[in-house]
Amino acid sequence: MLTYIIRRFIGAIAMLIVISMVTFGIFFVVPQWAGSTPEAMASRYVGRAATPETVHLVAQKLGFYDPVIVQYGRFAKGIVAGAEYDYGAGVEQCPAPCFGYSFISGQPVWPDLLDRMPVTFSLAIGAALLWVLGGVSVGVLSALRRGTFFDRLSMGTALAGVSLPIFFTGMLSLVVFSYGLGWTPPGGSWTDFTENPAQWAYNLLLPWITLAFLFAATYARLTRAGMLETMGEDYVRTARAKGLTERDVVVKHGLRAALTPILTLFGIDFGLLIGGAVLTETTYTLPGLGQFAILAIRNQDLPQVMGVVLFAACFVVVASLIVDLLYAWVDPRVRLS
Amino acid sequence: MRRKSALAAAATAALAMVLSACGGGGGGNSQQPAQSASGAAAQPAFNAGLTEVFNPSTKKGGTLKVANYADWDSLDPADTYYGYSFNFGRYYWRTLTTYKTGPGPGGNTVVPDLAEALGEPSDEGKTWTYKIKSGLKFEDGSPIAAKDVAYAVARSFDKETFTHGPSYLNELLAWPKDFKGVYKTPDVDYSSAVEATDDTTVVFHLKEPFASFDYIVQMPMTAPVPKDKDTGAKYKDHVISSGPYKFETNEAGKRFSLVRNENWDAATDPNRPALPDKIEVQLNVNADDVDNQLISGDVHLDVQGTGLQPAALGKVLPDPALKARTDNPTIPRLWFVSVIPDTPPLDNIECRKAVMWAADRVANQTAFGGEVAGGEIATNVMPPPIVGQEKFDLYASPDNKGDVAKAKAALTACGQPNGFSTTMTFRADRPREKALAESMQQALARVGIKLTLKGFPGSSYFSDYAGNVNYVKKNGVGLAAHGWGSDWPDGYGFLQAIVDSRTIRPAGNYNLSVKSDKVDGLIDQAKVELDETKRNKLWVDVDKAVMEDASILPVVWAKSLLLRGQGVTNVAYNEGQSQYDYALLGVE
Repeated sequence: MLTYIIRRFIGAIAMLIVISMVTFGIFFVVPQWAGSTPEAMASRYVGRAATPETVHLVAQKLGFYDPVIVQYGRFAKGIVAGAEYDYGAGVEQCPAPCFGYSFISGQPVWPDLLDRMPVTFSLAIGAALLWVLGGVSVGVLSALRRGTFFDRLSMGTALAGVSLPIFFTGMLSLVVFSYGLGWTPPGGSWTDFTENPAQWAYNLLLPWITLAFLFAATYARLTRAGMLETMGEDYVRTARAKGLTERDVVVKHGLRAALTPILTLFGIDFGLLIGGAVLTETTYTLPGLGQFAILAIRNQDLPQVMGVVLFAACFVVVASLIVDLLYAWVDPRVRLS
Repeated sequence: MRRKSALAAAATAALAMVLSACGGGGGGNSQQPAQSASGAAAQPAFNAGLTEVFNPSTKKGGTLKVANYADWDSLDPADTYYGYSFNFGRYYWRTLTTYKTGPGPGGNTVVPDLAEALGEPSDEGKTWTYKIKSGLKFEDGSPIAAKDVAYAVARSFDKETFTHGPSYLNELLAWPKDFKGVYKTPDVDYSSAVEATDDTTVVFHLKEPFASFDYIVQMPMTAPVPKDKDTGAKYKDHVISSGPYKFETNEAGKRFSLVRNENWDAATDPNRPALPDKIEVQLNVNADDVDNQLISGDVHLDVQGTGLQPAALGKVLPDPALKARTDNPTIPRLWFVSVIPDTPPLDNIECRKAVMWAADRVANQTAFGGEVAGGEIATNVMPPPIVGQEKFDLYASPDNKGDVAKAKAALTACGQPNGFSTTMTFRADRPREKALAESMQQALARVGIKLTLKGFPGSSYFSDYAGNVNYVKKNGVGLAAHGWGSDWPDGYGFLQAIVDSRTIRPAGNYNLSVKSDKVDGLIDQAKVELDETKRNKLWVDVDKAVMEDASILPVVWAKSLLLRGQGVTNVAYNEGQSQYDYALLGVE
């Protein structure tokens, strides 16, 4: 088990290095292939109608005149050894892991990531609870009541959930429940859990439900399909023949086997969400990692993009590792080696 | 009532996001008339805030809730270049001059702010002297002296630290050669550029005469900064206020709030009534949600001030009650097509004129959203809000739909009687520019000019494509969709950046088409002319010379559709700010 974890850990680091290189390449190497010059790149980060001198100074400050490998090396070095930033009136130390300084704001990226993580984490946790409980329960009930009105209604609703994009359901729910009925707060409402837990939950209620609606639909359909398959297996018939209660048959034999693919999906979904629920955070103006990523890309703020991509990638890698470990617990036939 | 109306609009609000392109939306919706402080009803009416102050009030107190769908470039007065930032910044900074407050045509003129009077030019406009008022204080109670203004100007010189701010003072003032900024060369004497000759006198020394200097010093580079509190690029985290409000909180990228600055003296400041007790600003709010909150009353002000998003237009315009809450000013912004003379056969003026004649102005206006949402058909370069602007039309055509016969005649004179092929660029993420390109493609095809359309990302449009000299030459770009808004509403502020060929640099250009010695010569005359009437006439001559050169095809003088917030008092559009006058606003 330990060997397996170490091997996966080393693989994860290699994966992150590759991701960082690819991201860096997209932003630096590809534009150069297209003929972009250091001055052209720097002109994205200055005020409009900036003089050539200003553009030159900024290109110099951002290191665009250095070879790409040097620029990447500087970024990588910052992560392991920290970096320094000249803010005019002095020099600031950015301790490791330093993901660099924003090209736009001049602020270090790492504290921004940490600062925004609780928002995304809060959103993901609440929504995940709702969609797992809701999705799996509905899926199980639908499978057990196959062909009934409940089954058709729940699967129809699930189809709507999968089909409707968050920026639609989100805006619609804001207009109805926040600006119309006044039941929920307007977009952009966020309170830290440590400040006021009740307000925290109240502010996140609508984003949770909207996000969970999207995911629960997938989980309900997957659970239903898995349950229908497993409930037809021989061992389920055997369990019933042995005289087990229907509850035990469904939960211990049927659901447990059907959960394996759900668990895989959950690990990836949750990891991705922790890396940033981009659409939900943008729709509801929640200052999390997803919104941060969108703003970084929109502003072509490379250090921020690199930071948030690596940060998100870490979560996905860790989540998939945890899922692999959980496999062995959920399905005893799986052995880690 | 409000809930019912909001509910009735709920479906259209969401559907409008999808249907706005086809004009969907609408629905019965009524709004309560706003109440003034005295209790009298202020009757909402379309354009009520353009010529008078809507819902006037002197009531103090309350919190003004502000939303921004993006973020400031910087809150530091040396490092910001957004129009809304200049407007909003007057809450926490004061500059030597400022725009005359309130609605109407006078709003595009400047009046003293920190200064007792407008600048006193000498040496034929090479030296400008300002006397600042006495009794001025920073938020910490320390006096504001002339040296604080001079220091602020000097610190703004460092473009490596303050990358976003305007460069006008870097270029205009006679800086010493060895001066690299107050941080890198703290011992260098910069008095050859700007100096405080005593506690109340600031003197600017220019390299050459410049007539519009009073407009330059309304920019935030002249907002005083106490040297001992200056923290370079980190100063934006806590700007020391010289205005009626100071920072209470500042969470970068999320929100900030301002509260009253007890050390601001209203007696020294006739321009700011400072009505709200507090101003709360939320950043990076979903753009469509800003409009929804503005309509519902959850937010008082959309600080960007560029107007409603397409999704909200579909809901507001068909609804009389909502439309009555809007103002539709023509702003000092021109959407235009650069006709680039570097690309054959457009190096021949007759071929450029063929483009002018062939363009269908009505179709172009429609592409930009029509009369209300897009703008009024532009016949020349300078928009109406620019001081001294004159409207003229060198390429008048029946019903503004182009003159095919004259276009063909021009093509014949150009030696291309059957037309020619060229490329037109536009920003792919701007639907209106795409529609404009398609409109141009159809109109020019009538005379045999074939356009190949190429869309590029807006974020790198100027740096890598349509504003990049090498790209344009190598790829034979003949036409490029562009837009430009003035830095200040006079001829220099609007025209210089887009028609002076000497400003062209390798990348990041807004002008790659106007390269005329005649235009450059007229600019040189206009910028030193101290007589305002003569100066304005010269700028009109510049405008005419550009149109004669046929290197800019004006499309529309932009209009914005601004929505007055619910429960907001003293709402008035200011021509200088090109937005509502934020310093006037109060809440009921």
